[in-house]
Formats: sequence, C-alpha cells, structure tokens
Amino acid sequence: MKVLVIEDDQQAASYLAKGLKEAGHVVDAANDGKEGLFLAGSEHYDVMIVDRMLPGRDGLSLVEILRATGNDTPVLFLSALGSVDDRVKGLKAGGDDYLTKPFAFSELLARIEVLVRRRSAAQPQTRLSVADLELDLLSRTVRRAGKSIDLLPREFALLEYLMRNAGSVVTRTMMLENVWDYHFDPQTNVIDVHIARLRQKIDKDFPTPLIHTVRGAGYSLRAPQ
Amino acid sequence: MKAVLPTLRLLRTTPFRLALLYLGLFIISVGVILGVVYRSTAGFLEEEIGATIALEVAGLQDQYRSAGLRGLVDSVRERSGYSHTNSIYLLTTPGGVILAGNLSGWPDATAGPGGWTHFKISDYGGVNNRPSTAMAVSFVLPGQFRLLVGRDMSELDQLRGRMVVSLRWVFLVTVVLGLGGGLLLARGAMHRIEAINRTTHRIMAGDLSGRVPRGGGGDEIDRLAGNLNAMLDQIERLMTGMRQVTESVAHDLRTPLSRLRARVELALIRETDDPEVYRAVLQDTILEADRLLATFTALLSIAEAESGANRKALEPVRLADVVRLAADLYEPVAEEKGLTLVTDIRAEPTVRGNEQLLAQAVSNLLDNAIKYTPEGGRITLLLEGAGPGQAARVTVADNGPGIPPEMREKVLERFVRLDAARASPGNGLGLSLVEAVARLHDASLRLEDNEPGLKVGIVFPPDAG
Repeated sequence: MKVLVIEDDQQAASYLAKGLKEAGHVVDAANDGKEGLFLAGSEHYDVMIVDRMLPGRDGLSLVEILRATGNDTPVLFLSALGSVDDRVKGLKAGGDDYLTKPFAFSELLARIEVLVRRRSAAQPQTRLSVADLELDLLSRTVRRAGKSIDLLPREFALLEYLMRNAGSVVTRTMMLENVWDYHFDPQTNVIDVHIARLRQKIDKDFPTPLIHTVRGAGYSLRAPQ
Repeated sequence: MKAVLPTLRLLRTTPFRLALLYLGLFIISVGVILGVVYRSTAGFLEEEIGATIALEVAGLQDQYRSAGLRGLVDSVRERSGYSHTNSIYLLTTPGGVILAGNLSGWPDATAGPGGWTHFKISDYGGVNNRPSTAMAVSFVLPGQFRLLVGRDMSELDQLRGRMVVSLRWVFLVTVVLGLGGGLLLARGAMHRIEAINRTTHRIMAGDLSGRVPRGGGGDEIDRLAGNLNAMLDQIERLMTGMRQVTESVAHDLRTPLSRLRARVELALIRETDDPEVYRAVLQDTILEADRLLATFTALLSIAEAESGANRKALEPVRLADVVRLAADLYEPVAEEKGLTLVTDIRAEPTVRGNEQLLAQAVSNLLDNAIKYTPEGGRITLLLEGAGPGQAARVTVADNGPGIPPEMREKVLERFVRLDAARASPGNGLGLSLVEAVARLHDASLRLEDNEPGLKVGIVFPPDAG
C-alpha cells in the first residue's frame, strides 16, 4: 500500500515510516500541513495518516479541504487530542478513523488495513462468507458447513465486523468502537470473553479454526491457508 | 507619615469619592436654600419698611392738603421731635434752607429705581450716631419745596448682618458634618473591603485557608464575602484534590516505571545471546507500559469529566441504551466468573449528559462489582425513572464483601484501593471516575449497604431530564 504520513514531529514521523516500510508499505512523509496538502493533491495514496496539530495548516482543515476537492482517500487521524469531543470533531471533518497518541504500532497497522479494505468493498453486501462460514445480513442467520449456528444479536454484530474485515487484524479497541460504540477502554479485557464465546459457537465443533488470536494485537478471522 | 498615608488612601477610595460628590450636591442645595431664606426674609422686611414710609407720606400729604405748608412744617417738626424715632424727615425751601426735620442736610445720593434713596445717616447728622443706612423717598411740593421721608435701616442691617453670620455658620457646620460623615462612612465601607483585600493577599501568598469575615448584615458586601468564601472553598477543594492526585500519580507511577527501568537494565547487563530473553523482556515492558498508559488514560478521563469543559456539550442520553449496552458487554464476563448479572430496566428515562462518560461510569461499576464479588454471587444492574428527588437512578448492587461505612468516602479518592496488597488488577481509579462523571451531571453518587454487599447508585437530580 502507498501511505502518506503527515506528521511534524521528526522522530514520530521516522518511527512511523520505518514501521510502515517494515510492514511492506510504501511511505511518503510530509512535515507540515502545506506540504501534506500538496502531496495528497498530486499523488495517489491508499491511505493517509494525519496528525491533528501541524504547523502551516492543522490536520482538521487539511482533511476538510481534501474532502471538499473530492479526494476520498481514507484518512486516519493520529493525535494527542484524545477526548471524545476531539474524536467526533476529527470524524466530522472527514476522517475515517481516529487513533490517540501514544499508540501501539500493531493497532495502527490493523486500523489502516481495515480502512483500505473498507474503501475497496464499499458496495452493499447482503451475504458475507469466509471459507465455509456464511452470514446472511437479511435473514440474520449464520451457517457453517451448512449447519445453522444460533448467535445472540451482539455476537452476530461482532461476527459481522470480523467477517467484513476478514484477513485483517482487528484489535480489541476497534471491536469496542465498532460493535459497542465504546470510545474508551473498559478496565477488564471484556472483548476476550466475547471472542471466546463466539469461538465456542463458530470454531469448536469444526476441524479448522477461523478465528485466530494475533499476539499483542487482537484477533483475525481468516480462511485456512 | 504613617498616619497620613491611610488617610490619603481613604481619600482615594470609591466610598469617599461618592461621599464627596454627595457632599458637593448637598452644599449646593443648602446654599440655594439659605439664599432663598435670606432673600425672602430681608426682602420682606424691606417691603414692610417701604409700606410704613408710604403710610407716613400719605399722612403728611393729607396734612399738606388740609393745613398747607404751615401745617406740614408743624407736622414734620412734631414727628421728628420724638427722641427714639426711626423715622427721618426733611423739609426744605427751594433754596435748600431746612424748614423742619431731623437731618442736617439734603442727601447727595440719587434716587434708585422706584424713587428710593439710600444714604448713610451719620453723614447728615441724623437722629443718632449709628453708622446705619437709611432709606427714603422724596417729593417736590408745589412752590419747589422739597420733602424727604425715610426710615433708619439700622435694625434691618443688624438683622441682615446676624443672618449672614448665622447662615455662614450653618453652611460651615454642613460642610464639616458632611465631610466628617463621608469620611466615617467611607472608612466603614473601606474597613470591610480592606478585610477582603487582606484575605485575598494572604491567599495569594499561599495560605488557602483564609476566609473573608462576614458582617452578618446580609448586605451586598456580605454577599460578596459569601461568594468569595464559596469560591475559595471550591478552589481549596480543587487544589487539595490536585495535590493529592499529583502525589498519588508520582507514587503510583514511580513504582511501575522503576520496575520497568530495572527490568530493561537487567536484560542489558545479563548479556545473553538468547534473543528469547530479550523478546520476553520487551514483551513484559510493553505490558507494563500499557498498564501505565491505562492509568494515564483513566486520569485523563477523570480530568475531562471533572473540568466540566464538556458541560455545554451535554445532550439528551437514553439511559436505558447505556445500561443495556453495558449489560450486554459485561454479562458474559460475569458468567465467566460464575456470577449472575441481572439487568432490571424499569423505565426509559432520558437525561442531559455525555453518553460515553456515562457508559464508562456504568462499565466501571459493573467492572468493580464483577471484580469483587466471589463466585456464585449475584449482581443487579437497575435503572429506575423519575421518583422523589430524582430524574433517574442507575444502581449496581452486588452481594460481595461490600465496603465498611467508614471507608465509603475513602474509596472515592483517587488511587485508593481497599485491598492494600493490590491482589486484584486495576489502578484504583474506577470509582473516582464514576464520581467525577456523576458530578459532571450534577448527579450524586450513593454508596450503600446491600446487606450483604455494596450498592452504588448514580442519582440524577430532578432537573436532569
């Protein structure tokens, strides 16, 4: 993927670039808002990582301008401003996701991957399937290898989110944000319990597990290789 | 010098300036009133004298008409013959020879408006030697005889003089009393304002315990003092809280940070070729850093809720949604620990609030209940609607060990945990956040005995909807 990093802190920018390159992405970096706007307007990127507070032009207005000019490249805000208000502001300005500093690199990678995937599969779907697992959004039923699986509404929503991002790593925070709309971390790792329950129903009676734990990051639902 | 300075300062105060302004207006009014009194009194007496003279002139005219010049001369002689008369007469021939009267010569003064002449009696050898003035009117009789009838004004002059003197005194006393009273009043007001200034100075110097004394009269200065004291209470509470937090943060973060540092340092000292050792150390380091970050995040959430900066961003929140979502998230967690989580939604109240913070508060309460209730226990999440003194109430009750009454205040403080050994995970910030969120919503947090167990209620005020 081609990633544009707009970040004024040199150290943070090079850390981001290094990590992204190691993960196999192509990285361009801009040190201020003006340069970022220029690069974003002149090249095609799969995803942009934008700091909120930038010299020259702040991240919010930068994204607003991009959106106004018809640029719909997915944007992930990366900011030290982490209150719910700040996040809402970022998303309203046209950001697709919001990550608060300090962050875990695995979280950032998982998020940009999901962002890009979401963009490429934007057309409405009524059925999702991964390997022999099928989810019907209209009848709200789940079947694996032809066998019907009963899920509680929240389990269904969780599975839907995992299946929409099949193949990608999905972190606990992402699940809390997207399935429960919780923009804070509960004290206990509640997500693990929910995944364990989902595994009981999806994977337990079948020879190949579909839900995989990604150490230090989260979970991933993917077909066996 | 020392005595002069406060006086000078007093002169510059607003109360004194107001008193001075008032005094100025007062003096002008008194002056105008005194002027009017003086003019009307003196003028009245002058008119009276004029009327007397006019009567005498009328009498003499009668005499002249009936008895001719001869009779007039006799009459004037007779009248001016009285020893203690205030009246002045003079009758002369056309050549200026005095025929009768009690003046030694015709006055030089020219007649003013209305035919009245004013002159000094003593200059013309008047009835007595008083240096008084006289007021007279003169006529030219047929045959160029001239008649002057007047009156000694000495009594009126004396009265005038006395009036001026007494009016001057009245004026002086008014000024002195007004000035003195103004100073006294200003000093009274200043005294109380000075007390407020002294207190604020003391507080600025670092003594936060100072309070402004109150007069108890309930006037505006008292109200000002009351408000200042209330503000100071609030500031002191915040400052104490801040100091306590700073100390707790320093203490609670120092320990894990030094642990972190020691672990990394040890790994470096050991100099092993086994990458697994380093990997394990790094993983532990990340875990420790995450715990630290979680603590920081919790502190930031509390600060956010406490600062009330989002108070204006409060919007209608359906509490039932918040409760359902939290129950949905925690039910499997409770079940995992062998606990029963019962959700009892009795109403669908809406309150003005911050949904995320409310969700976090309910989550924290459930988290605590699940953490501290032993296996087989039962947790109730209850949502009630409007009732006496409340718009809504969210209650989390468990049948765990509970919190002894004397400790209930304590657990709301930051970093305070009842299990001193810190056997269970957490940073002791959970209830502090709940309390801060409650305060943001003007709700009260009630810690009660569930007999057995703990019952924590967030009670929204009646006007929260």
